[in-house]
Amino acid sequence: MRILVCVKRVPAPGAKIVLTPDGQDIDASLLGFAISPHEECAVEEAVQIVEREGGSVTVMTLGPPEAAEQLRAAVAVGATSVVLLPTDIPDWDPVSTSAALVSAISRLEDEEAPFDLILFGNESADSGGYQVGIRVARSLGRPMVTGIKGIDTEGDSVAARRETPSGWEVYRLPLPAMVGVKEGINLPRYPTLKGRMAARRAPVATMDPAASTSGQSKVMLMTPPDAGSAVEILGEGPEAAPAIVDIMEGLGLV
Amino acid sequence: MNILLYLVEHDRGRIDETAWGGMTGARLLAERTASELHAVVIGAGSEAAADGLAAYGFEQVHVVRHHLLTDYGPDAWAESLFQLAGSVGAGAVVATGSDRGNEVMAQVGARADLAMVANCLEIEQDGDDWLMTRVRWGGSLHERARLSAPVKLVTIAPHSTEAAPSDQPAAGIVSGFTPDLSEADAVTMVVDRVTVSEGITLATAPVVVSGGRGVGSAEAFDIIEELADLLGGAVGCSRVVTNNGWKNHKFQVGQTGTVVAPDLYIACGISGAIQHWVGMMNAKNVLAINIDRDAPMVTKADWAVIADLHQVVPAISEEILRRRTLAAEDSG
Ligand SMILES: Cc1cc2nc3c(=O)[nH]c(=O)nc-3n(C[C@H](O)[C@H](O)[C@H](O)COP(=O)(O)OP(=O)(O)OC[C@H]3O[C@@H](n4cnc5c(N)ncnc54)[C@H](O)[C@@H]3O)c2cc1C
Ligand SMILES: Nc1ncnc2c1ncn2[C@@H]1O[C@H](COP(=O)(O)O)[C@@H](O)[C@H]1O
Repeated sequence: MRILVCVKRVPAPGAKIVLTPDGQDIDASLLGFAISPHEECAVEEAVQIVEREGGSVTVMTLGPPEAAEQLRAAVAVGATSVVLLPTDIPDWDPVSTSAALVSAISRLEDEEAPFDLILFGNESADSGGYQVGIRVARSLGRPMVTGIKGIDTEGDSVAARRETPSGWEVYRLPLPAMVGVKEGINLPRYPTLKGRMAARRAPVATMDPAASTSGQSKVMLMTPPDAGSAVEILGEGPEAAPAIVDIMEGLGLV
Repeated sequence: MNILLYLVEHDRGRIDETAWGGMTGARLLAERTASELHAVVIGAGSEAAADGLAAYGFEQVHVVRHHLLTDYGPDAWAESLFQLAGSVGAGAVVATGSDRGNEVMAQVGARADLAMVANCLEIEQDGDDWLMTRVRWGGSLHERARLSAPVKLVTIAPHSTEAAPSDQPAAGIVSGFTPDLSEADAVTMVVDRVTVSEGITLATAPVVVSGGRGVGSAEAFDIIEELADLLGGAVGCSRVVTNNGWKNHKFQVGQTGTVVAPDLYIACGISGAIQHWVGMMNAKNVLAINIDRDAPMVTKADWAVIADLHQVVPAISEEILRRRTLAAEDSG
């Protein structure tokens, strides 16, 4: 199975996010970077499928030149090859991002062979547009379902499961197909020492993306208003237990 | 008059709970943009779902039927919505930013080759454009965005508007629409359903006892489980816990986990990062147990104990058992 995974470099999930003074971006000077959580799981899923059935996993990202770091991280956990679409422009909108990805994917497919399966994250952790994968799927004329927490390969099709309040909804897509993956589909592995060594030597292929525009533009970022605190401190040790159980009794829970 | 078309999310006729708030948000948006408010209900069960929408201010309700629309499917729904929007000349198409809502609207955006802005909290008209505040980072940041497009495609952040019927009920005229669909549109249709029934589910438990990094290990979750058992509640956890493999992801509360709304949420050793908070902020009461007085979970909670959870949690369980024993002795 020939699989492609599209990932995005985002500031590593941290407790506090600080903005630059002009409100145009996150102040990343004190933050690390990572592959967006859903996509980390998408990479893991692709690697597991290829471990079972053979094939290859290509990982692609559109981002700053430093995004090569995240591509190497993907190699460290089992990706076969990686492609970077480097850009100095921050915050591409979803329409432009998908257009750039489509032309890169088409080139890779022309040069080698079509991908049987293309995985995306359900949404990027930072901008959360919920759409880049779907736009790519439409351009490539392939079926796509998102919100997926289970993938089973079945010969020339895949069964994909989406969680619902009462269980699962199942979709069956003929290959070539695309899937938007949600965190929880698997537990991403840690890189082995061998993986890390391979990552350091791995070649990062690059392709120049063509910028375009759409009707959506960012004006600025803002930190949501703080609600203020009204907490009542019940104690500083186990002696607070009776007060806690009083509250539970008050709520009718004990 | 401009027409604003709202996609009513339903599952085989049962309207999704987040849809009512979305309808209210759509009505306010229609008022602000001087638009006529229409609803669209797609596929099997849509007649049932169309009932009662007039109370939410819809002038017209479009019921979309086609023999291929047997269940939910992103392509079939989006193709239907895209064709209907063209046929009524809608100036805006709006849905709630749920899994399905965002998926269908992104598919419509791809078909129309127009921008689609997801999870908006507030929208105002600015000339021909819309200016919106939208959710980023699962809620830890807001973005001001501008949308210039002949047809505006947006989703409304779930829970951003409280559901309220309109004070002036509208006509709610129901009319049918049959889209032109082919087998290709039905490829992504739901083909099967699996029902998983559990006793107390995390999503519906009256009490959730949740552990974070502060719990320290898989074994130490025993004290969390014991307390949850005593209270007839469910166990929850943070993402750090699932990433460390201490608990399965199905216990995770938050943006990428389960959304809970218990009477009492007990957060043990959880810092309260926004991505966790958005999963439990609808809890009626929050008790934080944390060694850090300044942790966001502590400052946002109703009650807090500033101490080591490994001492406090067993003490709570003991106190509950002690009172139960006393009560049993009294009555016995
Ligand atoms: C896109 C995205 C999605 C995410 N989705 C989720 C999600 O669904 N759910 C989620 O939980 N997170 C999610 N996160 C991660 C989130 O940002 C935080 O990293 C995470 O919630 C932190 O978990 P924690 O509170 O257990 O750990 P920490 O932030 O490390 O906090 C540990 C807390 O335990 C306290 N503590 C330590 N020892 C003790 C002790 N002995 N007794 C009492 N208190 C103690 C500390 O003071 C601290 O407050 C997401 C992040 C991103 C970017
Ligand atoms: N710059 C990018 N490079 C590669 N893939 C991306 C990029 N941005 C978004 N994606 C993919 O598209 C998915 C949806 O992104 P979004 O529409 O921004 O929520 C993400 O989970 C990624 O898999």
